[in-house]
Amino acid sequence: MRRKRIAPAAVIWLLVGAAYFFIPLIATLLFSLRKTSTGHCCSLAAYGYIVHDPQFWSTLRLSFQLALETIAISLVLFVPTVYWVHLRLPRLRPVLAFLALIPFVVPPIVLVVGLLDFYKGSPQWYYGSPYGFLATAYVILAFPYMFFSLDAGFRAIDVHTLTEASQSLGASWWTTMFRVILPNIRVAALGGAFLTLAIVMGEFTMASLAAFHTFPTFIQYVNETKAYPAAAVSLMSFGITWLAMLALLMVGRGRPGRVQIAGGH
Amino acid sequence: MAYLELRDLHRAFGSVVALKGIDVALEQGEFLSLLGPSGCGKTTALRLVAGFDRPDAGSILVDDKDVTRMSPNKRDMGMVFQAYSLFPNMTAAQNVEFGLKIRRHKRQARHSRVPELLELVGLGDAGNRYPHQLSGGMQQRVALARALAIEPRVLLLDEPLSALDAKVRVQLREEIRRIQLELGITTLYVTHDQEEALSISDHVAVMYGGRIEQMGTPVEMYNTPATPFVAEFIGTMNRLEATVVDGGDGEVDHKGTRLRVEAARGLPRGERVLVLIRPESLELEPAESGPGPEGGLVGEVLTHTFLGSTTRVKVIGAGVDLIADVPTSRIASVPVGMSVIARVPAEGVRLLSLAEQPASAEPVPAGP
Amino acid sequence: MKTGRRRLPLAWLGAVPFFLYALLFLFIPAASIIAGAFKDAKGHRTLSNIHQVFQSQYIDAFRTSIEISVVTALLGGAVGLAIAYAALREGTPRWIRSGMTTFSGVAANFGGIPLAFAFIATLGSVGIATQFIDNVFGVNIYNSPVNFAIWSKTGVEITYLYFQMPLMILVIAPAIDGLRREWREAASNLGASSWQYWRHVGLPILMPSILGAMILLFGNSFAAYATAYGLTSGAIPLVPIVIGNFYTGDVLSNPHLAQALAFGMFVVLGAMMLLYVPLQRRASRWSR
Repeated sequence: MRRKRIAPAAVIWLLVGAAYFFIPLIATLLFSLRKTSTGHCCSLAAYGYIVHDPQFWSTLRLSFQLALETIAISLVLFVPTVYWVHLRLPRLRPVLAFLALIPFVVPPIVLVVGLLDFYKGSPQWYYGSPYGFLATAYVILAFPYMFFSLDAGFRAIDVHTLTEASQSLGASWWTTMFRVILPNIRVAALGGAFLTLAIVMGEFTMASLAAFHTFPTFIQYVNETKAYPAAAVSLMSFGITWLAMLALLMVGRGRPGRVQIAGGH
Repeated sequence: MAYLELRDLHRAFGSVVALKGIDVALEQGEFLSLLGPSGCGKTTALRLVAGFDRPDAGSILVDDKDVTRMSPNKRDMGMVFQAYSLFPNMTAAQNVEFGLKIRRHKRQARHSRVPELLELVGLGDAGNRYPHQLSGGMQQRVALARALAIEPRVLLLDEPLSALDAKVRVQLREEIRRIQLELGITTLYVTHDQEEALSISDHVAVMYGGRIEQMGTPVEMYNTPATPFVAEFIGTMNRLEATVVDGGDGEVDHKGTRLRVEAARGLPRGERVLVLIRPESLELEPAESGPGPEGGLVGEVLTHTFLGSTTRVKVIGAGVDLIADVPTSRIASVPVGMSVIARVPAEGVRLLSLAEQPASAEPVPAGP
Repeated sequence: MKTGRRRLPLAWLGAVPFFLYALLFLFIPAASIIAGAFKDAKGHRTLSNIHQVFQSQYIDAFRTSIEISVVTALLGGAVGLAIAYAALREGTPRWIRSGMTTFSGVAANFGGIPLAFAFIATLGSVGIATQFIDNVFGVNIYNSPVNFAIWSKTGVEITYLYFQMPLMILVIAPAIDGLRREWREAASNLGASSWQYWRHVGLPILMPSILGAMILLFGNSFAAYATAYGLTSGAIPLVPIVIGNFYTGDVLSNPHLAQALAFGMFVVLGAMMLLYVPLQRRASRWSR
């Protein structure tokens, strides 16, 4: 309740931050509205070009489906694991937390090199398919963010009490998992899911090196060929990230959680 | 001449008025406590004195100089916060040394003064420990040593003991007082614990709703509370709301029972008053023996609460809800369930006027 | 919950699926890199790949990568710290704080190709800002004496700052929150000016967190691929780019060399990790 006024130095730094954040976005917007003929404002032709390109839709669909697949595999793999660790193997928790730092040492550029080499001889339905090779890799990328989200969610509920109460009332493991545990970590799971969505929709490195045609690779293709449409599609990509983050915030409203950081560079 | 003066301080936060004009004056070397419940404005007042906030109106003077607009780091006051104020990246000794370092005292002088101060607060050998290695009580001792190191003109303490265990609290408050007396520092102390304030202060100011209800010595505050709030806040009191019936005789009517109260003599008929009786002054007699129920309040003993040398007896009846402290050795004379009469003693009763207008609507029963 | 030794193996089964997955898709591929780095075309043990890494073009890549990473870590760290503090200090309205957190979360995620293009649109040869500076100040930054180019090292640094600063903000904000008001007030009460408070109390307490965050920023920059690729189409000598060229370019050479370079990245990033962990422990010790 102290009614102090904002410090002038604070205003300067906040303006610097805001400028750095908004200027590139505004520049992209202006660029995307330029007419090819004059090189100046204003036309929506760039957006039209993108929207009418079938590759835009096919890559967008692929990336989106990959995201859903990654989220599905991640949830199926990580939720029971984190639950089990919280319930029965608490000593393993620090191990998992440590593992979540591994991607710092094995970034996407390195991971994809390893995967491409190790699975070289594997069947084509895996190695040659984005839904195989890329999705399994993306699950690894998503792991740290999923883990921290889920871990926070499980820590917020009393796993032991809920499980024991459910079982004492006669519920099987399935019922306990689906009717008791999952609804209570719904928020954490959703948070992790939206982060994963943002990561997969923006992941370029692995897709590019493994020669798959995802949305980010499409953006780079446009980037190298047509300037104004590139601005349009970049802005759209930013819009998608923004929506995912907004959804994340909506879902996490009211919870005293940390904002998770992702990075697909 | 007052050494520390607060003149008509006002402070509001938005629509909440924290201080509605308070006046306090401390002599040099005096220990004054600001006592009151949370939200009464005592911490706000202290922070104004320290300089962490500016009053909306009023002034603060130290040694006749106006410091109201002075920034906190120039006021030469030492402050002890409620908790967590030690710098975690420094040892106890380094914390204590901090103020001296800022004032550019010579290294030799600092290094001889710090052990002295730690010794003074009873932590002679804990100088090299970090705050997270010290207990709460020890941390507050270091905080005190740190505040005293700069030889401040005024010592300010903001509920320094609230976060500590009961036993540590009692021990530490006595040490604070001892040190204060030894050094003769003018001290302003804020607390919500009335026992704490009464036991160590020269003067106590009870605050409520941004105003000072009463200021005086601990004995004065205990024996002669000036307002119902003070009476309620300090110690435990039996409160009887009554109406004066006969000013000449000192008779009052409390929910149908006539009582004789010396202090009611001379008051106009119909005046509403509050009769205050300390539990230790209330006398209980078994209902069967002795004179009839007239002049006393009849009720039944509900509970005994063992407090050591005294036992607190709760008496409930029709329109009666009283507490009496009885020596434990005599508790058998008023067992639970017994009907008793509580008599208003001749002395030890305080009377406060409740309202200006007499309650003239009440019919007066016909005399016998 | 030790109810007998027979229980234990069963409980550990629950962790198997995850570890199996991590083994198959993380550890073994990583190990194969390390193994591959020391193999030659015929599969024999050799140090020749490592030897080649120390050749000028590859060592240059490491040098450039490290340089960019240090610059963006220090600059992004310092500016991120200033912005975070500006938003969190007393006197700043609450909506600024949540606004900053939101935008930082988004900006930290906005990387890769779209970000690269956004900066091309801003500071490219016909970028909006480039033209603005030309029109208003009469200076074309692409000509001498400035000789700027968005696809240069400096251009990459400026672009990287876009996600480095928000990352710093997000990581350091909890630490700044942890600075108790009592410390500031106690210091002031004891006579310290604002500068003295920061010098003796504030910065020393924050330092482990700041250093830890900067290490994170360094690693983040060092490992970045997409943004640099988007800016330069693979032309800038950075370690991830060089590795990528083995797969996207028509560089017909020893794949084990790519693995040796990746191994080099392991070494650098692993060293960073070793510095990071004790710093984190230090930082948490003081936030009591």
